[in-house]
Formats: sequence, structure tokens, C-alpha cells
Amino acid sequence: MKVYLHHLTKKFPGRGKNAQEVVAVNDFDFEIPDGELVGLLGPSGCGKSTALNLISGLLKPTAGQIFFGDSDVTGLPPEKRGVGLVFQNYALYPHLTVEKNILFPLQNLKGPEKLSKEEMKKRVYDAAGLVQIQELMDRKPSELSGGQQQRVAIARALVKMPQVLLLDEPLSNLDARLRLQTREELRRIQNETRITTVFVTHDQEEAMSISDRIVVMERGVVQQIGKPQEVYDRPVNLFVAKFLGTPPINLFSGSVRDGKLFIGEDEVLDMEGTEDQDVVVGIRPEGFLPDTNGPLHCRFDRVEVMGRDMSVIASHACAQSPSIRAIVHSDAPIQPENGVIRFCLNPRKVHVFRKDTQERIPFQVRG
Amino acid sequence: MEKKNGKAWLYLLPALAFLGVFMIYPLVDVFVYSFEEGYNSASQTFFGTGLYNYSYVLHDPYFLQALKNTFLLVIITVPLSTGLALLISLALSSIEKLKSLYQTVFFLPYVTNTLAVGLVFMILFKKTAYTDGLINLMITWFGGSSVDFIDGPYWAKMFVLCFYTIWVVMPFKVLILTSALASVNQNYYNAARIDGTSKLRIFTRITLPMISPMLFYLVITGFIGAFKAYSDAVALFGTNLNAAGMNTIVGYVYDMLYGNSGGYPSFASAAAILLFAIVLTITCINLMISRKHVYY
Repeated sequence: MKVYLHHLTKKFPGRGKNAQEVVAVNDFDFEIPDGELVGLLGPSGCGKSTALNLISGLLKPTAGQIFFGDSDVTGLPPEKRGVGLVFQNYALYPHLTVEKNILFPLQNLKGPEKLSKEEMKKRVYDAAGLVQIQELMDRKPSELSGGQQQRVAIARALVKMPQVLLLDEPLSNLDARLRLQTREELRRIQNETRITTVFVTHDQEEAMSISDRIVVMERGVVQQIGKPQEVYDRPVNLFVAKFLGTPPINLFSGSVRDGKLFIGEDEVLDMEGTEDQDVVVGIRPEGFLPDTNGPLHCRFDRVEVMGRDMSVIASHACAQSPSIRAIVHSDAPIQPENGVIRFCLNPRKVHVFRKDTQERIPFQVRG
Repeated sequence: MEKKNGKAWLYLLPALAFLGVFMIYPLVDVFVYSFEEGYNSASQTFFGTGLYNYSYVLHDPYFLQALKNTFLLVIITVPLSTGLALLISLALSSIEKLKSLYQTVFFLPYVTNTLAVGLVFMILFKKTAYTDGLINLMITWFGGSSVDFIDGPYWAKMFVLCFYTIWVVMPFKVLILTSALASVNQNYYNAARIDGTSKLRIFTRITLPMISPMLFYLVITGFIGAFKAYSDAVALFGTNLNAAGMNTIVGYVYDMLYGNSGGYPSFASAAAILLFAIVLTITCINLMISRKHVYY
């Protein structure tokens, strides 16, 4: 089932005197294709949970429409939309066993949808099998670990075979290792069920690693939609470039003069056909190539070895942060001279943004 | 370790001393008196031991009347007041406007003096030479015949007593239940809504289990409180409760000790022990039932 958000807007009234209303979701207009896993990504307070709640029906939009397939579900209450929702804190009923928790949605079915006892039991065990918790069926939620609770919550959302599965920060309550494991799991479950899945996260790594498509948001406005690699390689603006990638992108004040890109006095790249202006230059950590004849001169600070590759920590007068971080292969030659290390830049890893609008300036990469 | 134990006992001593002198010693004493026939507190004498006191009390029509009154009061007021309080709290938690005003109104009886409330009830229900009372005026207005609620038939008096008791105990229950309802995480309701759970099912399968510890607490304390009722009856029917036929067990104990017929500490002790046994039994039954139905 594809989900289409049509000029969707949600405003919340402000609190207190002269309070301005808060636009949590501002004119969303995009389609989530059938069977895809889509990550809504953004910093805290950017409206991603609100967007999810709008899709689920728990919130009513101020304007705009939501379509599931071809049918308009904007006016439908949540129970009629056929969505499964996994809450950030899982919201498992603490007084019911795992089995009864998963059974709960099925017992609500009425009329022609009503299932026999055997069918219910089968569905419950199928869902439990999918998330591999069959041996926990008689436990209470308080007797489960965070990861297990999370699986139960997913099973409960899946058991009624929803058309759309929604997950609100599904991994944020798990520890680092479990988070890695569970996100693989999530990907596997989604692959097996092919249910259109939307999940919300503030963790860009999480979103990048498992999503078919990510939607980057800031302050209620969609910044960019695309495949994770695409968005990473071609961010539309400075915000997206800064938000994606660990370690984060290194930013420099620079300028374009006579078709050349300058960082300080270093002429680093050709930018033919771009008019002269001040710009912000973003360089991905992996875009630095140590080279004794490279054009970019940086003050060498130290090297951090991480095994497979290493980080070169340096600084530059034009950098917007006190130190810059380059990630290079562990056998790359690091030969600072008089405390200065020189880099060549990989033009595909360099993004140039207008200083005023912060939009990316595309340029031709030669060679 | 030994030393630490000694210190702990030392710290507990003040409380233990008070409890011992004012709670445990009297309890044991009452238990002893209840088996001593014709105990006289002035001369500290008695003329025999045995179960005679119990036999007397259990054959005393005043005690049986008090027992019947108390049981009726308990059976009627505890479920009704708890149920009503639950309904009111549910209503309170679902409204937005005027919420705090209503909360204040419902809490007023709790901070009002028992006897002052009794006075108001007198005005509402009592027949005097000048007026039939407000309620009777209303009854006759609607074409009914007036009833004397204070000195009239038994059922009318019982009705007033129950009405009064419910009204007095409700505010505390409303207060407790409103906060219990407010403490249920909204996410459970959202999850239930997504799953298309009907309102009734949300209430029975989610709300009730979630607030069951508080509900259970109210039922237990409600039972105990109603069994110990006395001042309410006095406020409505005056101190001569036996004559009014509206005595309660605690009232009977008091009358046996100090009342017009006073001066029978042995009978009073026996009645007090009987009340203790009844309350203990009911509380144990409550606890057993709760083990199945209360989720902590």
C-alpha cells in the first residue's frame, strides 16, 4: 500500500500570552512507495513524530490530505486505517502476558473480520515467530529485556496484518549493540512482510543503514527525499550535509573567484562557470587525500588510529570549527612538514553552498 | 552487628513505647476484659470468667440491631460510593473546561466538619413544627406524600444515613481515583485506539487493571471505615441511637462504656472484639480476592 501525503500541514496552538502557533508539519507533499522502508529523519522537535501520528490518525491534520493507495483516509479514525504503530516506549500492557498483548488487537475485530479462537492463536504464533519470541509467550512485559519488549511491540503491531507499519523511534531505548542487531532485524522483518513501513529516528546512521528512502526534515519542512546514498552524496543544502554523516562534514568559509574555489589563500578546486561569490565549503572526512603537494594547507594536530582507517585531526584558519577531521586509509603516508599537512581533495566529496541561501551549488567534476 | 542491632532498637524505642502503651496494651486488655464477667473499672473486680459476655451481647436486641445497621451500611455504601467515585473521576478526567472548579466542589465535603454537614442534612430532611424539610417539600411538590426521614420509618432513616455516608466518603475516593486515572500513560490508550478497541473494552481491559491497586485500597479502607461508622449516625439522629434504632457497632460499644445504660466495660469489650473479628475476616477475604484481580 503506497502512502501519499498531499500538502499536509499540522499546526499546534501556542501556549501563554502572545504565543505563536507552532507549525510542526509544514506542507508535506510526497509519496511513500508500496513496500518500502522509509525513514523520517531529523533533529528533535522537527515534527517527525507529528508526521507519524498524522499518518496513524492519532492526530488530525490542520490542512492537506493523506491517501493510502487511492483512498483518502484523512477523515478516518486510526482504527479504520489499518495501521500498526510501535511506540517509542512500546506501550505494552503491563498486566497482560506477551501472548495476550499480541492477541489484544485481534480480539477487537468485529463482524465479518472476527476470527475463530484457533485462527487467532495461529496468527499470534505466526507474528511471534516472525520476531522470534515464541519462548517468551507466558511472560509479563516487565520480565523482558528492552530488545524483547521491542519485538513484542512489533509483533503486536504486525498481528492484525496492517497495510502500513509505523515505528516511532523504535531503537532509541536500546543499548548500542542491541540497536545494531535490532535494526538488522527490522530490515529482515520488513523484507519478509513487504509491509510499507515508516519509521522515525533522529539517528542518521540508523536511517541511512536500513532505509530504502529517507526523508530529511527540519523545523517541520522536508529538506530532501531520496535514497540514503543519493542524499549523502548530493545534499540539497547545508543543513542536510551537516546532518548526515559521521564524523560530520567539515565546513570552511571559502570563496569562488575566476572559476576557482578558494579556502583562504589555497586554491583547491576548479569551479568553472560559477559566478564569483563567498561560499561555504563542506568537505566529507573521507574527501581529504594526504598529498605532500596538495593545495590545502592545514595545521597538523594529531592522528587517531581506528584500525581499518585513521583520523587525521588538523585545523585551518578558515574552518568553521576549531578542528577538522579527515579519515584516511591506515597506510596512507602522513608526513607533516613544520606542523603543516597538505591535502588533495576528492571533488565528489566536496560540497559548495551559497552563503546566503545555504543551497548547494552544483559544479562539474572533471576527470 | 550486635551493636548496630542495639542501636536500631534504641531508635525504635519511642515509637514502640507509644504503640505498646496506647495500642497493644489496651488491645490485650480489651481481650482480657471480654472474658471477665461483670468487670468493674472502679473497683477492678469481677466475679467470674467465661463466654458469658459474648453470649449476652449476641442476645442483646440492641446489639443485633446495631449489627444489622452496620452491615447494611457497609453493603450499601462501599460499592455505591466507590462506583460513583469512579464514574465521577472518569467524567472529571475527560472534561477540560471547569475541571478544577468541579474538583473543588467534589472535594468540599472532605474538608467540612461532620457535625456541620449533619446540621445541613437536618435542614434537608428533618420535620419540625414549622417545616417538613426541603426534601419533603420537593417530594410533595412532585405529588408524593411526605416522609419523616429523621424520626420516621426505618428505611427512610437508613436511606438518609447511607446517603450521608456516601456523600462524606466520596471526595477522598474521587481525589484518589482522579490521580490514579491521570497516572495511566496516554500511550496505552493510543495503542488501544490504533488497534480499534471499543471504549468499554478500553475501560475494562486497560483502565481498570491499571488503577486496580488504588481501587482495591479504597475498597479495603472503605469497608473498615464503614464498619467503624459512628459519628455520622450521631450527627443525624442524636446521641440516643438505640432509641432511634440506628445504632452501629461502635456506637453500641460506646453506649456500653459511657452511655445512658453505661458502665458495662465487659460487654463493651466483647462487642469490640466481635467487631474486630468481623473486620479482620472481611479484610482477609478482600485480600484473597485481590490477589487474583489486582495488578501491581
